[in-house]
Amino acid sequence: MDIDIANKDDFELLEEELLPPVNEVKRFIRVFFRRKIVVVGFILVIIFLFIAAFAGLISPYDPYEQDLYNVLSDPGGAHLLGTDALGRDLFSRLIYGTRTALAVGASTALVAAAIGTVIGLIAGFAEGPAQTIIMRLTDAMMAIPSLILQIIIASILKAGVPGVVFAVAISLVPGFIRLTNGQVLSLKQNDYVLAARSMGSSRIRIAIFHILPNCLSPLIVQITMMMGIAILAEASLSFLGMGILPPTAAWGSMAYDGYRYLTTQPLLSIAPGLAIMFLVFSFSMIGDGLRDALDPKLRGTTS
Amino acid sequence: MINYIIQRVVHAVIIIVLVSLAVFLLIRMLPGDPIEIIVSQNTLASYGPEYYDQLAHEYGLDRPVMIQFVDWFGNIIRGEFGNSILHNFNIGEQIKDRLTVTLLLGLTAFVISFIVGPLLGIISAIRRGTWIDNLVTVVANIGITAPTFWIGILLIYFVGLKAGLLPLYGYTLPWTDLGLSIRQSIMPIIVIALSPIASSARQMRSSVLEVLNEDYVRTAWAKGLKEKAVIYKHVMKNSLMPVITLQGTMLRQIIGGQVVVETVFVIPGLGKMMVDAFLSNDYPVVQAVTLVMTIVVVISSLVVDFLYGWIDPRIQYE
Amino acid sequence: MGRLLTVTGLSTEFRTERGVVKAVDNVSYHVDESEIIGLVGESGCGKSVSQLSIMRLIPDPPGRVVAGTAVFDGVDLLQFKRDSSEICEIRGNKMSMVFQEPMTSLNPAMTIGRQMAEVMLVHMNIDKNEARERAENMLMQVGIPDPGKRLDDYPHQLSGGMRQRVMVGMSMLCDPKMIIADEATTALDATIQAQLLELMYEMVNKYHTALIMVTHNLGIVARYAHRINVMYAGRIIESGTVKAIWANPMHPYTEGLLSCVPKLGEKLLSIKGMPPSLINRPPTCAFLSRCRYRNSGCFSEPARELTHVEGQHSTACNRRLEAAGL
Repeated sequence: MDIDIANKDDFELLEEELLPPVNEVKRFIRVFFRRKIVVVGFILVIIFLFIAAFAGLISPYDPYEQDLYNVLSDPGGAHLLGTDALGRDLFSRLIYGTRTALAVGASTALVAAAIGTVIGLIAGFAEGPAQTIIMRLTDAMMAIPSLILQIIIASILKAGVPGVVFAVAISLVPGFIRLTNGQVLSLKQNDYVLAARSMGSSRIRIAIFHILPNCLSPLIVQITMMMGIAILAEASLSFLGMGILPPTAAWGSMAYDGYRYLTTQPLLSIAPGLAIMFLVFSFSMIGDGLRDALDPKLRGTTS
Repeated sequence: MINYIIQRVVHAVIIIVLVSLAVFLLIRMLPGDPIEIIVSQNTLASYGPEYYDQLAHEYGLDRPVMIQFVDWFGNIIRGEFGNSILHNFNIGEQIKDRLTVTLLLGLTAFVISFIVGPLLGIISAIRRGTWIDNLVTVVANIGITAPTFWIGILLIYFVGLKAGLLPLYGYTLPWTDLGLSIRQSIMPIIVIALSPIASSARQMRSSVLEVLNEDYVRTAWAKGLKEKAVIYKHVMKNSLMPVITLQGTMLRQIIGGQVVVETVFVIPGLGKMMVDAFLSNDYPVVQAVTLVMTIVVVISSLVVDFLYGWIDPRIQYE
Repeated sequence: MGRLLTVTGLSTEFRTERGVVKAVDNVSYHVDESEIIGLVGESGCGKSVSQLSIMRLIPDPPGRVVAGTAVFDGVDLLQFKRDSSEICEIRGNKMSMVFQEPMTSLNPAMTIGRQMAEVMLVHMNIDKNEARERAENMLMQVGIPDPGKRLDDYPHQLSGGMRQRVMVGMSMLCDPKMIIADEATTALDATIQAQLLELMYEMVNKYHTALIMVTHNLGIVARYAHRINVMYAGRIIESGTVKAIWANPMHPYTEGLLSCVPKLGEKLLSIKGMPPSLINRPPTCAFLSRCRYRNSGCFSEPARELTHVEGQHSTACNRRLEAAGL
């Protein structure tokens, strides 16, 4: 090392340069699982996935089977957590609700990521007025509270799973546009992109082969985070009666239906809420862990 | 400075016009024919298509969409929101009453979260790794990941029903009955403020930890300042800056939260009005409420922007 | 001249994920009143850490001073806790520090005037107006034009050189007995660097202040310092007057550093190789892998401590110490 090059903080240098490099995969696993709370989140998500996959085997009853002789029964007895106003088994409905939540969360985040990434890439490469217009529209969209935006779009598309997925996805798109656009703008200045450009690579080629792979890490982090946000948003919409409607087993609408019987059957509305919190919490923790492990720039910003 | 303000205001007006146009157009896409909502299909059928056209004309629904928009926007600037299709009440007056309720709750929640959030963040950063840091982290995580309605339901069940400490729902204006108003507001405000408190506490914590490593904090120590002085004079203001930029997001969170909270606690605010209007396809009400909410958001973001410029001297007013 | 600072056996460690880094390992040196000392070495050799250690400015965790004493003006600084009131009374008052990064070492949200006044209000019994007056006077002394106006500026309105002048001025405000300049000019352009060095030299001469110049550039030190300590891998490996070291560098590392000082018309040399890891340091000489004079003995013998050879000249090179019969 040349003596005159680095004047960095002594300690920083010790950490970064004087110590031997470590295996990337090992480093990823070590950093990802470093915080206990991330491990908890990870285990929870595995459990939720398991529940969703084997819902049919685990649930004691058919979640849609009404038993009108046995409505609003107390927890314990034949029904572990009791039954709702139509005599459906709460425990079974909670289990099937996991499927709905995971499906809605994953598809929403992916739809939003797909739309947002494409628009963000276009904006980043378009430059000039096109970029300005796209980014200004994004700003305007972000100025509206997302729940209100979701309500409007969900009302237009009518309630139901596809409508909710699309409504929530749209409200998450601006975040992805900003993320990708920002990445493109900073990556465009990098030497290897300039080199590719000078060698005559087309913009689309550069976008797909040079920029996109480098956006991947922050995108994965963002998608994980947004899955939790999407589940939360779907639950709120369903609670307001503008999301997934009964009889589909969805935690938000279950909580709304159960809310009427709060005085006598509090579990009907409290249990679905608890499930939502655990699921959203696990995604948020995994997102945190991924961010620490994948995104060197953000590493250490929240701990 | 003045140029900066003018520029920001112009920007805000553009956003308001854009958003209201978007809302107006989007609402045209809502399912259900407004005229069919006013009069049942049977009546329409018996009176024939002329009656339909007459109604459409009466409500201005037969003109080109852009004309309708300009017309509507002009009316709104003059403060005329028209009447509800469904219940025939004056939308403007209704909004005025409900906006008061929403603003009272929202502003209180905002102020509380702006004070409590950063305070929790700074305490947990300085006492990093202690029980208080862990407690703040847990509360912050709950605030971010728990659904708003669920927190509301929990409070109503345990504080209201089981302990009987506070009224379960409803809202009274403070000038009608101050005591009752306060008691009715406590739970809704906690629920509304929880998520912004959680976000700003988290942001504050990480930005304090970051600022503590800044060179100028080392300089402050090297000057011989005591810990309290270092924190108050050098760490606090600088770590508040990213938290203040976050306040725009906080405001939107609060307004979104209010929609849910007003439904849970049956509070006659704008949020409840909006949900009801959407559920019943009441076009004029939906348009008006959405627009007013947007204006509230944009104006509050503007205030936050100015606040930020005032605190951070590096922001250039150009 | 009386003894101002005596450091004995100072050791500072950082606990990292990969192990304990011994950043400073058993370092001893002294500073006399109004003396200028150069502390020279590569980045990462522990020179800054040793200075932050005696100022009690090492962040804990991850760092910790594990051994040693630093008697300054009759008081052992290392006995105090990092934020104790005893050390706060000394910091910025009897002993102050100028840091490397002028761009980030001043609080961006506070005016220059308030930042300067602050240090006086803490340590001196004066009011705000007098503090402001003194700050203005100091800005004039460090060569800032229109100082009255500059007091109300924020750091971002000043250039890097100006900011470092402010830092130098700020360090002098309470008339300290010693200033530590930690790479104070490294981040600046060559011409501004020269101006600032000249300014610091003038100031410490005028007020009879001792100065420790921490730098990786032996050329800078040679011009101003009385004595030089050379650090490598957490230890002082050579110590002596500027003249003695310049004429007769005893440690091969010092020799390497000297060849790095740019001279007109000559090819700029650099020392090949990297300093060793400070986590599991070998018992042998730390410079071994880069040394061009090493012999078989160097591989088998443990590293020597800094040992006095002649006059004020000491070294830790076992080859030289053997040759001198020590």
